[in-house]
Amino acid sequence: MDFPMFHLDWLNDRFLIAVIAILHVIINHGLAVGFIPYITWLEYKGVKNAKSDEITNIEWDTLIYKKMKVAFIITTTIGAMTGVGIWFSAALVSPSSIGSLIRVFFWAWFTEWIVFVTEVVLILIYFLTWKNSNKSMKAKMRHIRFGWFLAIFSWITMALIVAILGFMMDPGSWHTTKSFFSGIFNPIYLPQLFFRTPTAMLIGGMFGLLLTSIIAKKGSEFRTTAIRYAGKWILFWTPFVLVAATIYWSVMPEAMKANMSTAVGTMEFELYYDVLKYVIISSVSLALIIAIWAVIKPKTVKVWMVIVPFVFVIGFLGIFERVREFIRKPYVIGGYMYSNLLREEDYPLYKQDGILKYATYTTVSEITEENKVEAGKNIFMLTCSRCHTTQGVNSITYVFERMYGVGQPLDTTSMSGYIPNMHVGRTYMPPFPGNARELNALSAYIKHVQQTNEPLEGVQVTGIKVNPKNSVTATVKMLEDKKSKKVN
Amino acid sequence: MFLSIKTPVPNDIPLELPLPEWLLVVLLIVSFLAHIVFVNVMVGGSILTLWGQIKGLKNKDYDVFAHEVAKTITVNKSIAVVLGVAPLLCINTLYTVYFYSANALTGLMWILIIPLVTIAFLLTYLHKYTWERLDDNKWLHISIMGLSVALFLFIPLIFLVNVNLMLFPEKWQSIQGFLSALTLPNVLPRYFHFLCSSLAVTGLFVVWYNKRKNYPVEEIYSSLTRYGLKRIGYNLALGASVAQFLIGPIVAVSLPAKGYSWGLFIPILCGVAVAVLAVRWLWKAVTGPKEDIDKNFGKIVLALTITVVFMGSGRHMYRATALAPHQKLVAAKTKEFQRLSEEARTNAANAKPVELITDPSLGEVAKGAAIFKQNCTSCHKEREKLVGPPMTEMVSIYENDPEGLKKWINAPGKKRADFPQMPAFAQLSDDDLIELSKYILSIKK
Ligand code: HEC
Ligand code: HEC
Repeated sequence: MDFPMFHLDWLNDRFLIAVIAILHVIINHGLAVGFIPYITWLEYKGVKNAKSDEITNIEWDTLIYKKMKVAFIITTTIGAMTGVGIWFSAALVSPSSIGSLIRVFFWAWFTEWIVFVTEVVLILIYFLTWKNSNKSMKAKMRHIRFGWFLAIFSWITMALIVAILGFMMDPGSWHTTKSFFSGIFNPIYLPQLFFRTPTAMLIGGMFGLLLTSIIAKKGSEFRTTAIRYAGKWILFWTPFVLVAATIYWSVMPEAMKANMSTAVGTMEFELYYDVLKYVIISSVSLALIIAIWAVIKPKTVKVWMVIVPFVFVIGFLGIFERVREFIRKPYVIGGYMYSNLLREEDYPLYKQDGILKYATYTTVSEITEENKVEAGKNIFMLTCSRCHTTQGVNSITYVFERMYGVGQPLDTTSMSGYIPNMHVGRTYMPPFPGNARELNALSAYIKHVQQTNEPLEGVQVTGIKVNPKNSVTATVKMLEDKKSKKVN
Repeated sequence: MFLSIKTPVPNDIPLELPLPEWLLVVLLIVSFLAHIVFVNVMVGGSILTLWGQIKGLKNKDYDVFAHEVAKTITVNKSIAVVLGVAPLLCINTLYTVYFYSANALTGLMWILIIPLVTIAFLLTYLHKYTWERLDDNKWLHISIMGLSVALFLFIPLIFLVNVNLMLFPEKWQSIQGFLSALTLPNVLPRYFHFLCSSLAVTGLFVVWYNKRKNYPVEEIYSSLTRYGLKRIGYNLALGASVAQFLIGPIVAVSLPAKGYSWGLFIPILCGVAVAVLAVRWLWKAVTGPKEDIDKNFGKIVLALTITVVFMGSGRHMYRATALAPHQKLVAAKTKEFQRLSEEARTNAANAKPVELITDPSLGEVAKGAAIFKQNCTSCHKEREKLVGPPMTEMVSIYENDPEGLKKWINAPGKKRADFPQMPAFAQLSDDDLIELSKYILSIKK
């Protein structure tokens, strides 16, 4: 309503955010939160297992260093930039919700930023002073201490983010009190944190196992030891993952659980709920198998054996994240703002006067018989485009045709009958906000799209047209009228 | 008048700012300056590396110099990114409507920042870690840096286009994507202003880097001396600073007048005055005796820092003045909108629930028919399949089982393989369900 609408008509706007966010979480959990303690532990083992006349075993130390180098490069490039990218993409697609969240969570984000700065400084120190620290025992032990600090800060960064994400899933009491602390201490926070911690450790271990099997020289003694350690690490954390995943699952609010089945995208996946269970069980068992193998027969572990469980575990996390992204439909901020970026509290106004009147950017502000389709296009952009495209992923013609018959011409009366009730049956969608004329315009537009395959471009391509009712001229006039009313 | 009908007045987000506005402004300026200094040495450093490496084809020592500078880029870039989050947060909070609108209008390029920066960073690592391996393939190695410099030069342009566009809501309607926003008259002068400041800051950084006592210049270089290295830095800082005296006025002239106020001249002129001093000291360092080269280093850094703070404040004053009238309108309109919304909310709450429109001619199934019309006709027709089966089919199934029918409506299962699932109508009351099933079963097969 108040922001120009960026729109990707093929990829789907939510998809853009999801891809960036999932990539970030995988790197953050797998190569920072879970990986740093694992690396530091191995570095420490090198010192402990060294002969009495050396600080550490250089060959071992170099192997661990090389693994850290991979993590360092990836986290400080893709990891850091996807973190920023979540902001960029979310603000592009959902400006009102991000704008609102920032205002409520400013201090949380600010604290998060301080911790994050510390984390970056520590990772620079930890990685860049590694070689130099091998000169004395004192320096080496200090270096290892830095590793532990870094691990702690990575964990705190995650803990803060989880707080903020947790809020978005279940607002707790925020939307009645709208304060910072009631937002942070929401009921789902601890279970989520408890779930993410061992999962990060597990993925960190899997990354470690994979990197070792790629980097370490075949047949060398250190390869065997490193693989066995990775196996032990994974074995240690897996039971925690299982317990935590179960708890997390059970505390998800009931309403959201009901939404879960459609979370993965299409309704054919109604049984997805079960699938997720199998994904959890199978990925955790695969991790267990490879870990036990690594402990018992480390010599026989090959890269390809690690890749399958690795992909599964990453997929496990990815699916959990994606579900989390999707289950808060129809809200972006539970109980406060719907995913079409409209506040629930403004709905009565929109129902009463229509939404176009209050849209800052629209090419039509009064609906007539001639501009009906054009009006419908604006209404689609304002009320459906955050989740539906016209031609691409989850396209509006596809979802309607699936209901009324693929390839059949769509009937505007039926669509106009369906749309006002769509949130009842399909609870992941917000209610349609507009009035009756807008409803008919929308149906006319959807039919038009079906007939012409006309794509819908976002403002990044078409630019904007200002609604004369919401221009400077109109606002100045509104203020003058008010003033003169007061004088009279 | 013509302009003001094309100038949007969106509603702001109706939530309080998280802290007093002045404090946010201070945070914005301070955190932005910290961020930009590291961006400067990152961008300037990559240019210098490229220069050094090309020069190093003839004189090996310059290749070494390039390598030394390159090692710092990967550190500075990490700090630049992480320090950028705070000003991003502040500007998002203070200028939500303006910043996000500019982002959306240049959306594709804006989101491309993420992959472009990532690629630039990966290239700098690739470049740094292949120095030995590509020693006999120098041009390939140089091209990696060339590519990354090209990216580092382009990315700031995207940011500048955005922070510039956000200042001018009256221009928004004329913008179609990044390229048209790029052609607003003041973008390029501001960009060159930024590039020169990057080179100046990098020059000072090179001086500092090479004057550190524990930095073993003699071990690293064969012919370049500590003095020679520092001179490279001073020369760069001097040249770039002098250039600013040419570009600065162009920036000032090209900015639309709406952001100017007399007060703005105070920080700008103070900044210029201090910069003149800095240039004088820089000149002395370059032309004076060898042993005095660092005599004024501290003063130069201090003077240029003061200049930057002045200019940063001036920049903010311009922004504040430029947007103030529009922000006032936005605030007033937001308030009005909230009032209307509140009014509509109360009206809706007090309104009687809408009576079902019943058709009395239907007699005792009139109410059920109305309920059906409201809830079911989008999917069910009397005699043909629509989304769900026709009503006649319902009658055949539930003729003797009205309870089963009610149960289905309340919580439908999944029966027909080639049909989607029917939504549940748990919100219908028992009474409604009775009326509804009465009506459905009254349909003749
Ligand atoms: C919060 C995101 C969201 C918004 C906003 C949204 N939808 Fe949907 N819609 C979905 C999802 C998700 C599906 C399920 C897609 C699937 O199952 O493949 C869906 C499915 C549908 C279906 C098919 C339902 C069925 O029973 O099969 C229709 C029709 C539909 N949407 C219309 C609309 C219209 C019209 C609008 C705008 C007024 C809209 N949607 C807004 C997310 C949304
Ligand atoms: C979103 C579309 C939709 C709406 C709205 C809808 N239905 Fe259905 N209905 C269906 C579909 C699809 C089926 C077939 C489901 C299946 O076989 O799994 C169906 C099946 C039925 C059946 C057949 C049950 C059976 O045992 O075979 C009845 C009865 C029925 N609907 C009644 C209603 C009533 C009454 C309403 C209104 C309160 C309603 N439906 C609203 C889509 C809808």
